[in-house]
Amino acid sequence: MSDALLDIREASKRFGKVRALDRVSLSVAPGERVALLGHNGAGKTTLFRLILGFIRPTSGQIAVAGSPPGSNAARLAVAYLPENVAFQKALTGRETVRLYARLKGAARTDADRALERVGLADAADRRTGTYSKGMRQRLGLAQALVGSPRLMLLDEPTTGLDPLSRRNFYGLIDEIAASGTAVFLSSHSLSELEAKTDRVAILRNGALVADAALSKLQAEAALPVRICVKTEPNKVNEVSERLGGARVNGQSVELLCPAPEKMARLAAISALGPLVTDFDVSQPSLDDIYRHFSTQDKAEDRS
Amino acid sequence: MIGAVLAIAGAELRIGIRNRWVLLSALILLAFALVLAFVGAAPTGAVKASPLTITVASLATLSVYLVPLIALLLSFDAIAGEVDRGTLQLALASPVSRSAIIVGKFLGHLIVVSIAIALGYGVAGALVVTLAGGGSAGLVDLGRLIATSIGLGAAFLAIGYVASASVRQTGTAAALAVGIWLAAVVLYDLGLLGALVADSEGTFAKSVFPWLLAANPADAFRLYNMAALDTGTAATGLSGLGEALPFPPIVGLASLCGWIVLALGAAALVFRRLEP
Repeated sequence: MSDALLDIREASKRFGKVRALDRVSLSVAPGERVALLGHNGAGKTTLFRLILGFIRPTSGQIAVAGSPPGSNAARLAVAYLPENVAFQKALTGRETVRLYARLKGAARTDADRALERVGLADAADRRTGTYSKGMRQRLGLAQALVGSPRLMLLDEPTTGLDPLSRRNFYGLIDEIAASGTAVFLSSHSLSELEAKTDRVAILRNGALVADAALSKLQAEAALPVRICVKTEPNKVNEVSERLGGARVNGQSVELLCPAPEKMARLAAISALGPLVTDFDVSQPSLDDIYRHFSTQDKAEDRS
Repeated sequence: MIGAVLAIAGAELRIGIRNRWVLLSALILLAFALVLAFVGAAPTGAVKASPLTITVASLATLSVYLVPLIALLLSFDAIAGEVDRGTLQLALASPVSRSAIIVGKFLGHLIVVSIAIALGYGVAGALVVTLAGGGSAGLVDLGRLIATSIGLGAAFLAIGYVASASVRQTGTAAALAVGIWLAAVVLYDLGLLGALVADSEGTFAKSVFPWLLAANPADAFRLYNMAALDTGTAATGLSGLGEALPFPPIVGLASLCGWIVLALGAAALVFRRLEP
């Protein structure tokens, strides 16, 4: 644990009577990619502000690269991309990244290389006031790349990016993590992450309700697999009776089955032989899993 | 550290030039200076002072009103506005101390103010010398005016940062800046005048009043410049201002410097407690 770049232990934060974070414990190791998920207002940005040292936790401890948040050593180790990143409109992209490179003590060439890596080399000499939302986001990523940070904090980095840019973005994240940098990013939907992180942590009302690899969360949620069986038009009742599923329309039957029973079900379906013309298996989607963890009912909350 | 300060200063200067701040404030200063020099100097008649010195005397009064306004307009947005728009978070997350950010912004804005003052008053002075004659006499006065006006701008820049760092919204900071300008430049003098009228011969007029004047950066600036002009010529029309003071005029300059240091320190302290 001690070599973790980010180590949060039992951190809580209250704003007056509002409990924004409630005993959150989390750690991120070098080279690890961890996603923090939660609805708007679940406490993601508050957690980031704590890690940056902008605000202090009401209780609990946070260590960034072994130092207290906000200390010089911690700020040297961290790169930050805020949600809705904004820049001075009168400066060009290159001037902006060079400015932050100098603040971090990095070289000018480092800034130019970062602009190339995010694909902004051509637009680098235009004022940031003319940039689109996606370009601003990439410029924000470029400033985060300079100075070879050991921990990258990215607050909703892919909102506003088109699918292609998002793919490029995750490609970059993979490269960064492969070089040993810890990446801690937030998002408000699991599908937006495209399963590109090693671990997923889910915040609900300020409390951490999940912290595991995606496959493990999938197993934990134990959401049923949905099987759709297509039949000959006049055989749908027969199939429905023999498999026990619900008729959807004149020609298909839908079955929900727990993941471990999937193979047995498929065997039963294939045993029907020519009655079945086709079938579809759909795994629970990432959003289904996320919904399972982030909106468990209130009764459970009270327990 | 120095690199970071210079980087921030450079960025502020660039922004000041690109959003026409430098040009606009120089033009405003030049326009007012020319009106004062050519319209206001007409009735001086046969005063022995050079035309440039007379112009400098009226420009000193102009500075008292305009320079604090320009400085406050530059600085009120520096912190509150950037926090509001989200442009300051990245700098705050980087390994640069908050004092360095304040000093960097101060340096950048000071250069903006300096260019505007030097350009506005320099061009006005050159026009007075060419058109009204009088040669190079009074050049020292003009130089002193430009230098002290920059000092006055520095003091109000720093005061503006204190205001900007203590509130969260740009609008509030703007209102605060206007209030500061009104209080320091207009109301303070009115109050002193009232007190002076009420007690024109007592201890207040002789020993308290001059110190109260020196305590306000705008009045301290005026005091120093008028006294300096007064020693050589009778341009100000105030007889023997230098002798009437219970302290040497240099105290005015010291007060200005004190304000710069104190306000910058206060701004850094308030800024350190800000939670973006």
